[in-house]
Amino acid sequence: MNFDLTDDQVALRDGIRSLLMGRFSMERVREGFDRSMFDELTEAGVFSLRADGFSWADSVVVYEELGRACVPGPLVGSAGADAVVDVIEGRSGDAVWVEHLASLDRLLTLGNDGIREIPAASLIGAEADWPLDPLTPAHRVESLPAGELVGTASEASRLLNELTLLTAAQQVGLASALVDMSVGYAITREQFGRPIGSFQAVKHMCAEMAVKAEVARAAVQAAACIMDDPDTGDMMRSLHGAKIVAGEAAIMTGRTATQVYGGMGFTWEVDVHLYLKRAWVLETRFGSADTHADAVAEMLPQPEPSQR
Amino acid sequence: MDLRYSDVDEAFRARLREWLSSELPKLPVQPARDDWSARRGWDTDWQRRLFDAGYAGINWPKEFGGQGATPSQHLVFLEETTRARAPYVGVNFVGLLHAGPTIIAEGTEAQKTDHLSNILRGDEVWCQGFSEPQAGSDLAAVRTKAVLDGDHYIVTGQKIWCSYGQIGDYGELLVRTDPDAPKHKGITWLMLPMDLPGIEIRPLKTVLGSSEFAELFLDEVRVPVSCRIGAENDGWRVTNVTLAFERGTAFVSEMVDALRLIDDLSPYVTDPAYRRELGHLAAELDGVWALTKRNVTQAARTGVMGPGSMMIKYAYSELRQRLGELSMKVLERDVLAIDAVGEFVEERLRTLALTIAAGTSQIQKNIIGERVLGLPKEPRP
Repeated sequence: MNFDLTDDQVALRDGIRSLLMGRFSMERVREGFDRSMFDELTEAGVFSLRADGFSWADSVVVYEELGRACVPGPLVGSAGADAVVDVIEGRSGDAVWVEHLASLDRLLTLGNDGIREIPAASLIGAEADWPLDPLTPAHRVESLPAGELVGTASEASRLLNELTLLTAAQQVGLASALVDMSVGYAITREQFGRPIGSFQAVKHMCAEMAVKAEVARAAVQAAACIMDDPDTGDMMRSLHGAKIVAGEAAIMTGRTATQVYGGMGFTWEVDVHLYLKRAWVLETRFGSADTHADAVAEMLPQPEPSQR
Repeated sequence: MDLRYSDVDEAFRARLREWLSSELPKLPVQPARDDWSARRGWDTDWQRRLFDAGYAGINWPKEFGGQGATPSQHLVFLEETTRARAPYVGVNFVGLLHAGPTIIAEGTEAQKTDHLSNILRGDEVWCQGFSEPQAGSDLAAVRTKAVLDGDHYIVTGQKIWCSYGQIGDYGELLVRTDPDAPKHKGITWLMLPMDLPGIEIRPLKTVLGSSEFAELFLDEVRVPVSCRIGAENDGWRVTNVTLAFERGTAFVSEMVDALRLIDDLSPYVTDPAYRRELGHLAAELDGVWALTKRNVTQAARTGVMGPGSMMIKYAYSELRQRLGELSMKVLERDVLAIDAVGEFVEERLRTLALTIAAGTSQIQKNIIGERVLGLPKEPRP
């Protein structure tokens, strides 16, 4: 058992991190997702990790970094695709929100009958004037077209599991960045003549955030390891758990970071709100913490039918 | 990165499982909670069985009579013994997890010879004598005074929260040997033979209604200088060696136990909101368990526990509080008798201590904030 990054994984993490720091500065990120971002990430191999022989454990290392850098876009849906793709859960006729519609080549929907493909051009909807996450444009599509069946139900559930994992990895990245930002601010910001991080009230908030993020990273990496080697654990339970703790970590650290930053945390200028809003967006994708918690509860010993 | 145990570890697991399934049915009936001499007999009998089967001191180095297990085998050992509902370490806790490792790290050859094999065989029970009424979270504020008189220290003072004080052969004792030095510089770590004249032990009744702890009153107790571990006035450093072991793997059994308790509680949980909370708790415990595996991997590679070890105790003990609260809601009026349904109410009461003992959650957050995150220290008055 070596449940820690291998030397190769450390190199992979450092490589993608330096690429993102160099080319995906917050200044650029704040301009939102576009084709050039997609092309650069494609060139870096972000969307072909599996085809290039990388494991799920490797993949979550990369997607955590995408989250840490707050890179916007349909990054999870485009994994394994040669086009800009997003994936949502939904059926023909459903009213849905579609993210990044203007940038999409196609949308995949996951339903009971399998995977359906819808060309982006056939999706009609109005764009929200005031999206929650300014970097995640949202279109309201009143009636989802049926699309073309391109995958079986079992392929749909496998894809759902994979995308859930990568989303959780992004959430860990958001949380981790929020911890680093808050700690940095708590060390430099002074009030009452002292760095605010020397006060227990602030120090303890930072400690709570750090614990949430570390637990979430361990949970997500465990789920990835089990997806790579299914004999080593209960894949579905670890996956549900990963999405729960990663989603909660991202939101909790976003909210707490806002508090650590005080008034500045409520400004547009400080990046905290972009991370927190992304955390809220990702929480709506591929099952919220509560729906996954219900699924975990289903896997625990059940009450006698007469008691229910 | 993987979660696969090696073939050697799996063979170790299989052997241990087989031994547990043949040995556990032979255990005598567990004694009453407050019958301390019977509890000592029962717990040390289990320790002797472990010793005879070659499992005593699982993570102690081989040269000191331990099994020299790797951190991952240690994890397997704790997983399997807890899942099989083997006895908890019980009265052997202080000897095996505190005093023994401290003697291994800091003791003289004579101290090692005199104590280590006795602890492993279950022939010697240790109790704790760290905290004082005025030195709880601020442990370095201990006042119990020790004055050198020839080849003895004359010790006077009071200790509290002495686990197994009623039946211990030796106590791990922190004393102040230099009252004029800064508080961290004037402390000495002594082994206290519990049969010396001048020691009075009073049971301390806890919220469980039983006496898991004792108070210790020391009145001019003459402790031989040969009982000192490490140098005079170097006891704070030695104490941190002791406590580092506690932060390592001491909570693994508790965690496996908590996962089992969730399974045990689950059939009683019918309300959908409570089932959802149970699902959350199971997922969060799974996450802390994964962090434990991370930590064990890092310990195996570097020899020291990673930053995760500081977080595990805090995260785990807070989750136990939530699990305890959920149990009380689920059982409704059945909570009125502690033993009406399963062990849930007793566990609710017992686990109130988990966010206090071995460093409160608040102290843990100071440690995480300062040592892991590098935040500035609180100014010392």
